Amino acid sequence: MSRRGRKLPIAGQPSGEAPKADEAGSTDVAESKTAPAEVSVTEVPSWRLVTTLAAAGALAGLAIVLVFSWAEPRIEAHRAEALRAAIGEVLRGPERYETLFVVEGALSASLPVGADSAGLDRIYEGFDPTGRPMGFAIAGGLPGYQDIVRLIFGFDAERGELLGMKVLESKETPGLGDKIEKDSAFVSSFRGVVPPIEGVKAGEGTGGEHEVDMITGATISSRTVIAVINQRLETLRPIIEAYVRERAAAKAAVGAEAGR
Amino acid sequence: MTGPENATELVRHAPGAHEAGAAILPGRTTTPGYDFLRGVWRENPVLVQMLGLCPALAVTNTVANSLAMGLATFFVLTGSSLLVSTFKNWIPKEVRIASFILIIATFVTIADLTLAAVVPDIHKALGAFIALIVVNCMILGRQEAFASKRPVGRALLDAFGTGFGFIIAMVMMGSIRELLGNGSLLGYSVFGDSFEPWIIMILPPGGFLTLGLILIVFGWWRGRKAAEVPRVRRWPHGVASRRAA
Repeated sequence: MSRRGRKLPIAGQPSGEAPKADEAGSTDVAESKTAPAEVSVTEVPSWRLVTTLAAAGALAGLAIVLVFSWAEPRIEAHRAEALRAAIGEVLRGPERYETLFVVEGALSASLPVGADSAGLDRIYEGFDPTGRPMGFAIAGGLPGYQDIVRLIFGFDAERGELLGMKVLESKETPGLGDKIEKDSAFVSSFRGVVPPIEGVKAGEGTGGEHEVDMITGATISSRTVIAVINQRLETLRPIIEAYVRERAAAKAAVGAEAGR
Repeated sequence: MTGPENATELVRHAPGAHEAGAAILPGRTTTPGYDFLRGVWRENPVLVQMLGLCPALAVTNTVANSLAMGLATFFVLTGSSLLVSTFKNWIPKEVRIASFILIIATFVTIADLTLAAVVPDIHKALGAFIALIVVNCMILGRQEAFASKRPVGRALLDAFGTGFGFIIAMVMMGSIRELLGNGSLLGYSVFGDSFEPWIIMILPPGGFLTLGLILIVFGWWRGRKAAEVPRVRRWPHGVASRRAA
């Protein structure tokens, strides 16, 4: 039945219903459904169904591609901006930063030929305006109370202490668990702590350099934050320290070369 | 597709159509104003038809989120109604649902990408619920019950009305939940520091509580209005009521 050019008198009624049904004074909607249709019932050929959907799909695809090509660079820019802001915060305002890849147990500023950067672990090293390294920003995540808590923290390898911590993504309970990002006392308490961190109940700490006061009512979330930092540093600290030592040695060698 | 739509149409036809015979042109039984206002109030998608409850419960924890969700849905509904109404004669009825969904999904993807590019924070807060606009029954319902059978102008008016009604319901929920759950509106503090926020209101149970309370008030109000004029049938507004006048 074709519905072409026909205005249906009643919504929800099957198409092809003849408008004559109303003129005939039919008093029952259900009855009018059985009124003889004035058009012959013809099957819509299947090629029409296929071409309709194919054409609609092609047009939809085209529209999405156009919008995507407009949106993609903007989305990427937002992502890069968010990362830059986070690194700036946890390294206390570096002038610039470099991305270092963890390749086969060592840090490398450049990718090995043919390697895919997507699967590689990476950390970021910040430098102050004079070019002096300020520390490393390391991102990581572990399951918290609700979902994965992702955060980034700054680590000063020379002094062996943390520079700062910022939660990137968390769905922790509003008002309780989300204090790990909103409670400024907790967030700032990571500055200057010497890892591995030890979480203590608020007010029960001895003031040790490893200690961070956990938030009352957000024990699991606080513990998650601490665990992320400890776990990431456990694997990365030797690598970072080796990298720093190597760089110092190289610098000394260059200096000795120049002095000779 | 939707019960209320059919019911309204049937009742509207029952008294008017038969006393005047075929004088009423099919598809012209409602005024443009009626087509618009029906979705805003009388058949508000959330408060009366109970459609689109999933986003109304899930993302209305702040006014900003509610508004963004409402606008995205409004955009998808309007775009889909426009296209469906324009191409209604080309779409064979055997594949109409598939075509509607294809059109809706395209608009949802566009809305998703646009939100991510323009307001990344809100896009992050809405999460998967933007993609889930595709399966919002309210939108598919309007295509099947209205846009696929009416001229383009009316379909657009209906989409504007329904979309606007959805935004009203969303912002209503969002305002109550943000005000009580966070003591603020659109991020601006209202009650000051002495207010202890009802955290449950911005948690999922708060969505159910708020929706339930709004529905109670709305139902009570509608019941009272209906009781005021017991025997006069008030709602075949369009032609029927004008003829009576």
